[in-house]
Amino acid sequence: MAEKRVYEVVFIIDPDTPEGEATSLVENLQKIVTDQGGAVVRSETMGRRQLAYRIGHKTDGNYWLFEVEGTGAEIAELERRMRVSDAVLRYLTVRVDEDRQRAEKFKAKRARRAAKRPVKGGSRSTGGGAAAAFAPAAVEAEEEIA
Amino acid sequence: MQSDERGGGGDRQRGGGGGGGGRRYRRRKVCRFCLDKVDLIDFKDVKLLQSYVPERSKIMPRRISGACAPHQRMLAEAIKRARNIALLPYAAD
Repeated sequence: MAEKRVYEVVFIIDPDTPEGEATSLVENLQKIVTDQGGAVVRSETMGRRQLAYRIGHKTDGNYWLFEVEGTGAEIAELERRMRVSDAVLRYLTVRVDEDRQRAEKFKAKRARRAAKRPVKGGSRSTGGGAAAAFAPAAVEAEEEIA
Repeated sequence: MQSDERGGGGDRQRGGGGGGGGRRYRRRKVCRFCLDKVDLIDFKDVKLLQSYVPERSKIMPRRISGACAPHQRMLAEAIKRARNIALLPYAAD
């Protein structure tokens, strides 16, 4: 499929691996992606943090985040390599382009609705008058700020 | 999403979360994520997710979290992902 997909890959590197080895591993992984025709759009550490539960007797881990653009083939290779590597304690790949698209749609929808709605919510006949009249006005005020 | 008042009487502002107390009027909970216009719940946002997993680290049910169905779904998914990469525990010890 020719369409471009966006993935977020989070992986945990064993904090006991030597510094140099860890950086070369990250570089290697990035290279794998580019070799397969993908692109690493974002590559950053989330820092060393405590694991919520022990993984292979380790209590800490260095978290890394990749944002990868590609077809999916490079993800397969990337995951294979991470599975094989002892330094990678755990990885998680999430496809994000579809969710982001959906979020965009919601945003657009909200903007449209805000534009359509006049200044006040109009006369509303249901009970709880004060609260009902107040709510829409508050929503609009927030949107102006944003 | 309109915040209809149910059961009459209560046109208070939304305040603290907890349920109990009130005699007759039941405050209709409003989805926090809708109010904040959150379209995407990120599984890396541990701080946010933690407020939805009480001590036993179970996912807070909708009747307590007050989230609407789509947002609760997003929330649950995010929590499960966070668990997978050890950002959140599966079970409290």
